[in-house]
Amino acid sequence: MMTKTDLRHWLLPEYIEDVLPAEAQHIEQLRRKLLDLFRTYGYQFVIPPMLEYLESLNAGVGHDLDLLTFKVVDQLSGRLMGIRSDITPQAARIDAQRLNHEGVTRLCYAGSVLRTQADGAAQTRQPLQVGVELFGHAGIESDLEIQHLMVQSLRLAGATRLVVDLSHVTIFRTLINRAGIAAETETDLFAALQGKDSGALQALLSDADSATRDAIMALPTLSGGVEVLQLAQQVLPQYAEIKLALQELKRASQQLAELDVEVSLDLSELRGYHYHSGMVFAAYTDGQTSALALGGRYDFVGQIFGRSRPATGFSMDMRTLTALSAVSKLAQGILAPYMDDADLQQKVEQLRTKGEVVVVDLPGHQQQVAELNCDRKLVKNDKGWEVVANT
Amino acid sequence: MITIALSKGRIFEETSPLLEAAGVVPTEKPESSRKLILQTNQAEVRLIIVRASDVPTYVQNGAADIGIAGRDVLLEHGGVGLYQPLDLNIARCKMMVAVREGFDYAACLQQGARLKVATKYVKIAREHFAAKGMHVDLIKLYGSMELAPLVGLADAIVDLVSTGGTLKANKLVAVEEIMPISSRLIVNQASFKLKRQLIQPIIDAFAQAIA
Repeated sequence: MMTKTDLRHWLLPEYIEDVLPAEAQHIEQLRRKLLDLFRTYGYQFVIPPMLEYLESLNAGVGHDLDLLTFKVVDQLSGRLMGIRSDITPQAARIDAQRLNHEGVTRLCYAGSVLRTQADGAAQTRQPLQVGVELFGHAGIESDLEIQHLMVQSLRLAGATRLVVDLSHVTIFRTLINRAGIAAETETDLFAALQGKDSGALQALLSDADSATRDAIMALPTLSGGVEVLQLAQQVLPQYAEIKLALQELKRASQQLAELDVEVSLDLSELRGYHYHSGMVFAAYTDGQTSALALGGRYDFVGQIFGRSRPATGFSMDMRTLTALSAVSKLAQGILAPYMDDADLQQKVEQLRTKGEVVVVDLPGHQQQVAELNCDRKLVKNDKGWEVVANT
Repeated sequence: MITIALSKGRIFEETSPLLEAAGVVPTEKPESSRKLILQTNQAEVRLIIVRASDVPTYVQNGAADIGIAGRDVLLEHGGVGLYQPLDLNIARCKMMVAVREGFDYAACLQQGARLKVATKYVKIAREHFAAKGMHVDLIKLYGSMELAPLVGLADAIVDLVSTGGTLKANKLVAVEEIMPISSRLIVNQASFKLKRQLIQPIIDAFAQAIA
């Protein structure tokens, strides 16, 4: 007899769930389509491990991921291991350490990651991350390729209205470096900027010179359409790095506009500031309360693996993506009787080769035949085995 | 359509003139209505009435696009994933440490004693005492904090103080200001990108009204 405590044993942890057949089919179909799309752009599929020694797992991205990572002790070595919370650093490690290409490397991946806290609209601690990373090219051309591919991926997933938010980490970093602001203040400034908290910014910048203060205070207000770029040119100091960053943003906005995407610029957006090094971007669509895809340039992550390689890429959570299109019904099958009949076997094989679902009605379950989800069945008449409607 | 999350009482009262400046007038008063969703004179704008401490949660998850929340509430929530573009300077008060009259708080600090602190604001209290290097044991309460030192539940309390009337009536004294508190305008990040045409005018109108 089931008691209350028995039921409690089968509960899954919070924000961890099973994906049942209809949704699983939906996710898997989209996953295949996306990986096929990546392949046609020349991105090679890799399968990094579920867990690694902690030092290598989060190397280069530092404490940004530390709190999000589940940790276990390796019984073989006694060392601490982390279950991956992001596949991007793993791809960077593979590029820097394993492939050792001198030129451009394009990698893609799809796999589960685990996070200690649920985040994003999908509200899950086990996102199914898919993404692409491009290593070895430092120019805007690779950023454009990545953004192009991101837009194609989101269209494939069924997104109609797309808003892509662009920013450039170099602008804030240049202002900080030129003003010689201490690392501790920099961290606080970063947090305040992410919240567009102008009150906190003002307090933090009380000791800074007026040019730096005005420039950083202006960043949260530099948000809107492409007109922001012109405004930024007037408001921000005329440093070469900033000029270049604004040019890159302009080039990217042009491409996005050509792809029929609404461009949003927000120069206070710095996302993974600690490892991002250039243009960063995020895609949004109506009805989704967090970004569909996130990406950007991170040129120095490979450094810690011995090789600093320019890098850019984006990743998405499959669970968020599948919410963009309606879950299609499970494909209905053809019911075949369980029978030792050579003609029947041949017919079944033929149908399966054509891609039909043929389900064998194993003996003893005639009462539950409806659960097998078949709208047709195989019956024998004078012409042999034929598919007829299952009524 | 945008949804604005507000709490009843002081925040609603002090926000009404700002909403009016943005051209938004609710068709019903939350005091007289028991409805939790209030329509406004603008078809594109509606208000929802939630508990003050729930406002950041609604906005963070996109159940509301904009909200008005006290700094105390935001700090307790963590504020992750929220924009806070404006300090509205309304519903102002102070987060304070208070003790029983005659309790030597300064001596406690010097001797490195371990304090028992009762509060609703666990995160703020923990941060504050940690930054001072003080050992504290926190007791989470949901109201009537002033009672805790009087009945021996705690040595000190951390609470919002606006006039100081309640402290005085209960023979408590404020010994330390942790931070000034006022209400902020908060915005959901995705909404800010997707509904800029609706949200930016409201932010601008609020900014102008408080300038």
